[in-house]
Amino acid sequence: MIKAIEYFLEIIRGVVITGRHFFVNMFFHTLKVLGIKTKRKGAVTIQYPEEKKKIAARHRSLHRLVPGENGKPRCVACMLCATVCPSECIYIEAAEDPDLEMQKYPAKFIIDIGRCCFCGFCVEACPEDAIRMDTAEVELAEYNRDDLVYDLDRLLR
Amino acid sequence: MIEVLIVFIKIICALVWFLALTLYLADWVERKQSAVIHDRIGANRASIFGIRILGLFQPIADAIKMIFKEDFVPPFSHKFIHTIAPFISYFFVAVTIAAVPFGDSIKIGERTITLQVLDFNVGLLFILAMLSLGIYGIILSGWASNNRYSLLGGLRGAAQLISYEVALGLSLVGLIMIYPSLQLSSIVHSQGELLFGFLPKWGIFLQPIGFLVFYFAAIAETKRVPFDLPEGESEIIGFWTEYGGLKWGLFMMTDGMEIIVISALVTTLFFGGWQVPWLVADGFHWPWGGEWLLPHWVVVLLQVAAFNLKVIFFCWLQVLIRWTYPRFRYDQLMDFGWKLLIPLSLVNIVGTGIVMSII
Repeated sequence: MIKAIEYFLEIIRGVVITGRHFFVNMFFHTLKVLGIKTKRKGAVTIQYPEEKKKIAARHRSLHRLVPGENGKPRCVACMLCATVCPSECIYIEAAEDPDLEMQKYPAKFIIDIGRCCFCGFCVEACPEDAIRMDTAEVELAEYNRDDLVYDLDRLLR
Repeated sequence: MIEVLIVFIKIICALVWFLALTLYLADWVERKQSAVIHDRIGANRASIFGIRILGLFQPIADAIKMIFKEDFVPPFSHKFIHTIAPFISYFFVAVTIAAVPFGDSIKIGERTITLQVLDFNVGLLFILAMLSLGIYGIILSGWASNNRYSLLGGLRGAAQLISYEVALGLSLVGLIMIYPSLQLSSIVHSQGELLFGFLPKWGIFLQPIGFLVFYFAAIAETKRVPFDLPEGESEIIGFWTEYGGLKWGLFMMTDGMEIIVISALVTTLFFGGWQVPWLVADGFHWPWGGEWLLPHWVVVLLQVAAFNLKVIFFCWLQVLIRWTYPRFRYDQLMDFGWKLLIPLSLVNIVGTGIVMSII
């Protein structure tokens, strides 16, 4: 019997909680409609295409190849990123660089974003700090799979 | 001739009221209210020419979407019954609106028009009967789909509705003893009198236990969340597994209409229907003396507004309940119906009888 009463009280408490949420949120919504600015909002929703959340500095977004002093990529085509990549989405064709310090440069550097899992291992593996994932671009949807294949021109920036 | 025309206009007005309220209370308010409870915003993107007033066009967009969806009938189903089941379930709910009193009579010239489509002398029985006939739509849809989950949902629905039907009927017996009538307009008229000279003689004050039992049984009757065994999405998808498009939409509409009918019924029986406290035909008569006379049309308008306000409040309450509680287990549901609600309503009948014989 006591258990039944406890159960009943819990039911009442449940509706009090949802009711409280309703009235408190409605209060702030009404204030907003009336044009009164409050610190607290009625909803925690971020209305996505219009409002965007700030992307954190450590967020792994679209890759880029960091240009060196001469505007060419810093990459020395060591293939470490292509080796470490778990989804095997990086394809590099190396060519000989006349610069003795570089020795090699990537003639082709292709990342298939459609396969990439954004693990960031390529960034960790790179000895030259030539590939980074700090473009803060996360809206990468395309209509074609082919448009998701990023080559050197689109990666270098 | 003019009589027929008046009845025709009344039917159209009642149905339009019903549909508009179904679309906006059962669809828009439900979505928005659940969103506000969850600290969300809710559907607000549907727009016409870039105008989106709080997503008020959302129900229309939903309806258009459902109308233009493919009307798919599974090849293994009983086609005729599968097709007719949603219409049965829709029809029996839609027809209940005929007996709901929206207000007192309105005088236009010499003519007195009651704001009720049909003033039955068995209005209450009519509504209850039609609501319980709605089971047929559920059982038939479950059976005709030829799908085990559908059948399970249909049978669950039938078992649940039958067991709660008993409590629903019994809880009203005490009320019928007090206002000795089954005519809804007469029940509402009796609720206009005063108790102890100041308290309106509403059903809630005379039959609090009856109200509780009726409200729980009525929510169970609508098959919504604390009692949504027939359509429990997480265990069986329910009697509408094999439905899509507008037929599924009809089931959803039935659901929404049941909320409105139940709210209208609770309002009419327990909260004085269109009665505003202390408002009689010629204006307010305050219990502490003094009066405020109002023209006829203002009184009628106030009464209709009061009825709508009460209905909206009970819809709000049902949505709040729906978004608060998890689903009953099946044995809990049956225990609740047979071991708690029915004994309570029987006690209520006996108690009412004893009090009435003493007074």
